Amino acid sequence: MNKRLFVKGNEAVCIGAIAAGCRYYFGYPITPQNEIPEYMSRELPGLGGTFLQAESEVAAINMVLGASAAGVRVMTSSSGPGISLKAEGLSYMAGSELPAVIVNIMRCGPGLGGIDASQADYFQAVKGGGHGGYHLIVLAPDSIQELYDLSMVAFDLADQYRVPAMILGDAMIGQMKEALIPHPYQPLAELPAKDWSVTGKGNRVQGNTVKSLFLQDGALEAHNWRLHDRYQQLKDREVRCETIGIDDAELILTAFGGAARIAKTAVSMARQAGLKVGLIRPITLFPFPEQVFRQATERCRRVLCVELNNGQMVEDVRLSVDRQADVRFYGRPGGTGSLPTPEELFEQLQKHYKD
Amino acid sequence: MKKLVIDEEFCKGCGLCVIACPLELITVGTKVNKQGYPLAQISDANQVKCTACSACARMCPDAAISVYLPKKD
Amino acid sequence: MADSMITVFERPHSLKPVPSHFCSGCHHGTVHRLVAEALDQLELQQQTIGIASVGCSVLLYEYFDIDVVEAPHGRAPAVATGVKRVHPDSIVFTYQGDGDLAAIGTAEIIHAANRGEHLTVIFVNNTTYGMTGGQMAPTSLGGQVTTTTPYGRDLETDGNPIRMAELLALLDGTHFSARVSVDAPRRVAQAGKVIHKAFEMQKNRAGFAFVEVLAACPTNWGLSALDANERISQEMMPCFPLGTFKDLSGAQG
Repeated sequence: MNKRLFVKGNEAVCIGAIAAGCRYYFGYPITPQNEIPEYMSRELPGLGGTFLQAESEVAAINMVLGASAAGVRVMTSSSGPGISLKAEGLSYMAGSELPAVIVNIMRCGPGLGGIDASQADYFQAVKGGGHGGYHLIVLAPDSIQELYDLSMVAFDLADQYRVPAMILGDAMIGQMKEALIPHPYQPLAELPAKDWSVTGKGNRVQGNTVKSLFLQDGALEAHNWRLHDRYQQLKDREVRCETIGIDDAELILTAFGGAARIAKTAVSMARQAGLKVGLIRPITLFPFPEQVFRQATERCRRVLCVELNNGQMVEDVRLSVDRQADVRFYGRPGGTGSLPTPEELFEQLQKHYKD
Repeated sequence: MKKLVIDEEFCKGCGLCVIACPLELITVGTKVNKQGYPLAQISDANQVKCTACSACARMCPDAAISVYLPKKD
Repeated sequence: MADSMITVFERPHSLKPVPSHFCSGCHHGTVHRLVAEALDQLELQQQTIGIASVGCSVLLYEYFDIDVVEAPHGRAPAVATGVKRVHPDSIVFTYQGDGDLAAIGTAEIIHAANRGEHLTVIFVNNTTYGMTGGQMAPTSLGGQVTTTTPYGRDLETDGNPIRMAELLALLDGTHFSARVSVDAPRRVAQAGKVIHKAFEMQKNRAGFAFVEVLAACPTNWGLSALDANERISQEMMPCFPLGTFKDLSGAQG
């Protein structure tokens, strides 16, 4: 039991999803996430589930919308350009309060960009991406094990709050192989029954309606305040964050996902060199660990944010610390040969540590 | 006994029932409903002539017309 | 009604007893009723899931006493696919207008048909975007004046009216494709039979069934209800002939 596996990140997310009871997958091919639909196409039929390669990213997300409305755990995956196309469906799902898991294994952009590791879709994931002012739950794993663990968490959070959840990985996390211990699925909480789903009216007095259109006076405002409350509950209860050595830190490095892997090495190099450097690694990008940053910067007044883009999460870091710390940025936008090395980040740490 | 019952809440006075009736028994009158639509109507005399063919009910876009026939003993 | 009377025709149970928002003389109500009659006759109300589309038809859930999912514009066949794959024993139908199905949702309808999804698709063709104020639709006729073809639809620059029933009949996944009209009592009766069949096929898991209904939009055509009704046979039918373009229901046994 719990035999160690040696798998790609893209496979780990599938293993976790299936362990969490996901039996429906709708998607469309795009690099660097193709191992996800390939894995699901292999495994789901034998589990009595459905794998469907849709005619487009747009159709895929709407099939997810339909399956979610029908009351089951359902997943799709893509990469930046495909997520752009899914943005319409994501907005409708957010408005219709439909849970689902969307995996974005980011590539570089804009446009067709390239297929290498990048974190350029932070804004797209965290700030909505689609129209109308909504949030997704956004989870950013930095290892294959965490990818597996968070894929189960994503389904639970989505079901509990009726908010779609996105797993935000990148080409590095999706493509590399690491050891994985597939712990059995344990629900985070007792999850609410999906009594809102469409099954055919049966003996119910009223039909169920899954919709995002609200025309009556005040109905849309009330709906949006309800969604807002849900987002606030997520902020209050579901923040996840890893911290290393921030109690005595003179400089806090912050990074998420793939960038955090490089950052961790750079932080230990700095500690070995006698520099008091700590790390804050947001695991939930929405809800963002605002309080962790706020509290940490009551003492440590300097933060260096490292991203595989030209500066996106850094804006949320600045909002969180609310001018009580000096927030600096170092990033590279991704693309072939554009991944910073630990030595490069260590150099940055030394520089920002001093002045 | 009325064979044709026109629901005044549903009727929008479009007149499609008027052209549907092969015996030309229905008219759109001057009485209006809550939504302000003039109502389709059938006189008591025409109720007697109605054959309950239901062409009017079938044409009605608002499902406003019900059709009944007296039971034969 | 009194016990002494026999009911010849009544509003179907699958429709809620509420007045609709449709304009006077709009045929959406007729098509709603025919769908509801089919659900009543086949005793499918309890197991049916409707997929509402964007446009005048979006308020499906206000009128049908069934479970409904509202789809984004044009995406109803994809949403229906998701629902049907989860509940294969339910009856799933989409109800879509011409802008929704034949313009922004062309990919979704073609591929749902091509996969042979066990769905019933009700396609209301009234040659215009009703909800948004009468703009040109993919089915607008040559020369038709709309709010975005103020000089009439120019076939050279605006394209041609698209015949979806014929187009979808070409696909191997389509099991039934027909075009009907609701502009005269006998044609309403015929439309009712065809819609009934399209649901019965799904009940028998006989594959993708498509029914295009020619319908009037008096408000956006700028015509009275009666003149709009007349336009269907005078102007639409020469371009959109009625008929059954594919029927594999017999082949299914």
